[in-house]
Amino acid sequence: MQEFLQVFQREDFIRNFIVHIEISVLAVLFGVLVAIPVAIAVNRSDSASTIAINIGNLGRAIPSLALLVLMFPFFGLGFDNALFAVTLLGIPPILINAVVGLRQVNPQTLDAAKGMGLSGRQILSGVQVPIAAPIIFAGIRTAAVQVVASVTLGTFVGAGGLGDYIVEGFQRNSTEIALAGALSVAFLALITEILFAGLERGFTPKGLRIAAKRGK
Amino acid sequence: MDSADDPPTSTLALLFQSEFASEEQQNQGFIDWGWLADNFTEDVVPAFFQHIFLCFVSLGIALVIAVPLGILCARYRALYTPVTLITGFFYTIPSFAMFTLLIFIVGFSVGKTPAIIALVLYSLLVMVRNVVTGLDSVPPETKDAAKGMGLTDRQILFGVELPLALPVIVAGMRIAMVTVIGIAVIGAYIGAGGLGDLIFDGITRDFPTLWFTGAVLSTLLAIGADLVFVRIERMLSPWSRRARGAT
Repeated sequence: MQEFLQVFQREDFIRNFIVHIEISVLAVLFGVLVAIPVAIAVNRSDSASTIAINIGNLGRAIPSLALLVLMFPFFGLGFDNALFAVTLLGIPPILINAVVGLRQVNPQTLDAAKGMGLSGRQILSGVQVPIAAPIIFAGIRTAAVQVVASVTLGTFVGAGGLGDYIVEGFQRNSTEIALAGALSVAFLALITEILFAGLERGFTPKGLRIAAKRGK
Repeated sequence: MDSADDPPTSTLALLFQSEFASEEQQNQGFIDWGWLADNFTEDVVPAFFQHIFLCFVSLGIALVIAVPLGILCARYRALYTPVTLITGFFYTIPSFAMFTLLIFIVGFSVGKTPAIIALVLYSLLVMVRNVVTGLDSVPPETKDAAKGMGLTDRQILFGVELPLALPVIVAGMRIAMVTVIGIAVIGAYIGAGGLGDLIFDGITRDFPTLWFTGAVLSTLLAIGADLVFVRIERMLSPWSRRARGAT
């Protein structure tokens, strides 16, 4: 128990904890900045959307550890490698959900918006995006949880993060150190999941929430 | 390396950095094709099949658990939320942490068993969800018609509902399989074997040929599995193909 608690008091713990969060936040942010504009760009075309979804599915298939080590030759060891690889891992779920979300908006709703005289841009920002928001946020949530998990593997590419303690625990055969690492990573992932579930709910337009309630 | 203002965060990182620094100085060819040719059948092929074995066993066990559980959840709705919460909890725990917990808390010894258990736990959420969604997607009229024909509940389940739900169930298996192939790579760290062995060996032996082979093969395996399952999904729903052809 003592060794377990000592891990959290170690000087490098705070640093690794911050590195873990820093990589995760940046990766999700970059992922959103790449995926959402792409989803909006392909929104009008059926074939472009299909291509985007297929690329997303292929990207989602790449094992996280494989992607991390495949970036070695380009970034060497460390922070940049992990950040780039993990950003790539986060893009597919956001992209797939954003494309699907924008396209599942009822065509009659879009016609009504057009009939009201809204421009294409107004329809996108005022109708499509708000209606698609819950699905887009579900994608960001999936990506975020996956990113937090994958940053743990950053320890194998020398990026630091909380995975360091799991590896240290295995190497020194110390249950307490390994658990300190594993539990903090699990805790971080659960917090991320809960946080984004809240955001998802918060960004659901009021009208949709009322409609969902009536549907029941 | 800019170790002056950015000190390595652990002894491990230090170890890696020095290893790779020396590798850069040696400046050898990146891929040692001769080694690959010599050891292909001895090292690479067994790792590949071990990986497939690991994933198939896990998905098989997950299927045996998820289908009855999904049927139960579809019948008794009250079960669905707690089942989703529990399987969702497993799904959220990062795999590397899960392996660690299974070994240090549950007390498994290093090897295939804890890896397979973790892989099964990861598959459950997606599989159960898709079984329930698949069963829900069967139109009530179809079930009524089957009842009107005098089929028993059991006959309706096996003869009507499950076959109609199959494409959605297979869609769940596709996601589970791809996920499991990716996570099994990490399982090599706790002695599960498979393609992750090549990656971890390659890192510790500072031998790019090894980790590169492992990374590329595991990627190809996951993408290949994804494509195979898409095919199966399409084969299992001939009506949607026919409908598309008709319009």
